[in-house]
Amino acid sequence: MRFIRIRPWAGSEIPGMSRLIIVSLAVFVAIGTYSCPLFVRAPALADDPSFSIVLKNDQFVPSEVQIPAGAKVKLVVRNENPTPSEFESTQFHREKIVPPGQEITVFVGPFDPGSYEFFDDFHPQTRGHLVVK
Amino acid sequence: MLATAIIVFREVLEASLVVGIVLAASRGVARRGVWVTSGIAAGILGATLVAACAGAIAAAVNGIGQELFNAVILFTAVAMLGWHNIWMNRHGRELAASAASLGKAVLGRSRPLYALALVVGIAVLREGSEVVLFLYGIAIASGVGVLSMLGGGVLGLAGGAAIGAVIYLGLLAIPVRRLFAVTSWLILLLAAGMASQGAAFLMQANLLPSLGNELWDTSSILSERSMLGLLLHVLVGYSAQPAGIQVVFYLATLLTIGTLMRVVGREPPNAPSRPAAAAPV
Repeated sequence: MRFIRIRPWAGSEIPGMSRLIIVSLAVFVAIGTYSCPLFVRAPALADDPSFSIVLKNDQFVPSEVQIPAGAKVKLVVRNENPTPSEFESTQFHREKIVPPGQEITVFVGPFDPGSYEFFDDFHPQTRGHLVVK
Repeated sequence: MLATAIIVFREVLEASLVVGIVLAASRGVARRGVWVTSGIAAGILGATLVAACAGAIAAAVNGIGQELFNAVILFTAVAMLGWHNIWMNRHGRELAASAASLGKAVLGRSRPLYALALVVGIAVLREGSEVVLFLYGIAIASGVGVLSMLGGGVLGLAGGAAIGAVIYLGLLAIPVRRLFAVTSWLILLLAAGMASQGAAFLMQANLLPSLGNELWDTSSILSERSMLGLLLHVLVGYSAQPAGIQVVFYLATLLTIGTLMRVVGREPPNAPSRPAAAAPV
């Protein structure tokens, strides 16, 4: 035996909310689908000191990056491997996919002096350090 | 093969825990299977789209497209989880009472299942896009062992799904009357953890200050890469080395949703069985 109850409040606040969600999902999908190929690389943000790291042959080059203490710095990570990577650090909370042939920018710091590890989440044996002095 | 399995396992685990909690929270609701399955399907579709567009997303908005994208979907999930909890607080007691009196849980259709389905979709999309990119990388990499690595992927997928199933079955052991209070807390903590992750992305994009890179360091006691650390990371937002801003967002989310649950809910909230203060961030 199956009980079906109709409640007075049933549906009272649902339609508005679900319409909102459906509309925002539709807008999201539409924007995603149509603008995807149209994005162009914009110039990088200036001002903060910048350091380059290259992913090559499943290695970070250089694997030790010296950066100044107490300053916000910009890391530019370029992936020269043919496969996607993910630049990640649990120590300083960075997590960013680096598509093959592209470069990404992450801002880090300001740090206290010390050594901070980062790795490629898709190739966990590929590791490097920020050496903060 | 094992390395591949571990990477896929970690990603799948996060999504599968969310699915397990959502399934438990929607226990007894008509057509929940349809909602959750649609959420998973939409998530997989979205994950493929996001993975295919990874280059474009990374380059968008002055190079902070990935961070903005992640932050927006995470905060959407936080809002949906909060909305579900507020709604449940308003009607949950009634539902639990009717479930108990009917003996069998037949809980009406009007629960905000779309909110939970969206959360499932987002969780699958976020983790799934990384799995797709990772497996794509393996598939196009020339060299030996591609098949064995893809086998590892399947193994990781099965393992991650199994843990989600264990969580779900564990929650099912709780009597229906108590279940909503427990899932309410789980969802609140899940939301707070997601808000803290979202804050980390905005900090990475240089849109929020870190307020201290490392408020504490418990990585030597419980690493986030360990099994238990990972579980706690997903379930309650545990972080071994949290930035100040993450803790701020974590607590603000707990407080905001908790307050709204009390203020907006007409009925007195179901008494929680344990305090949230003990939850690590």
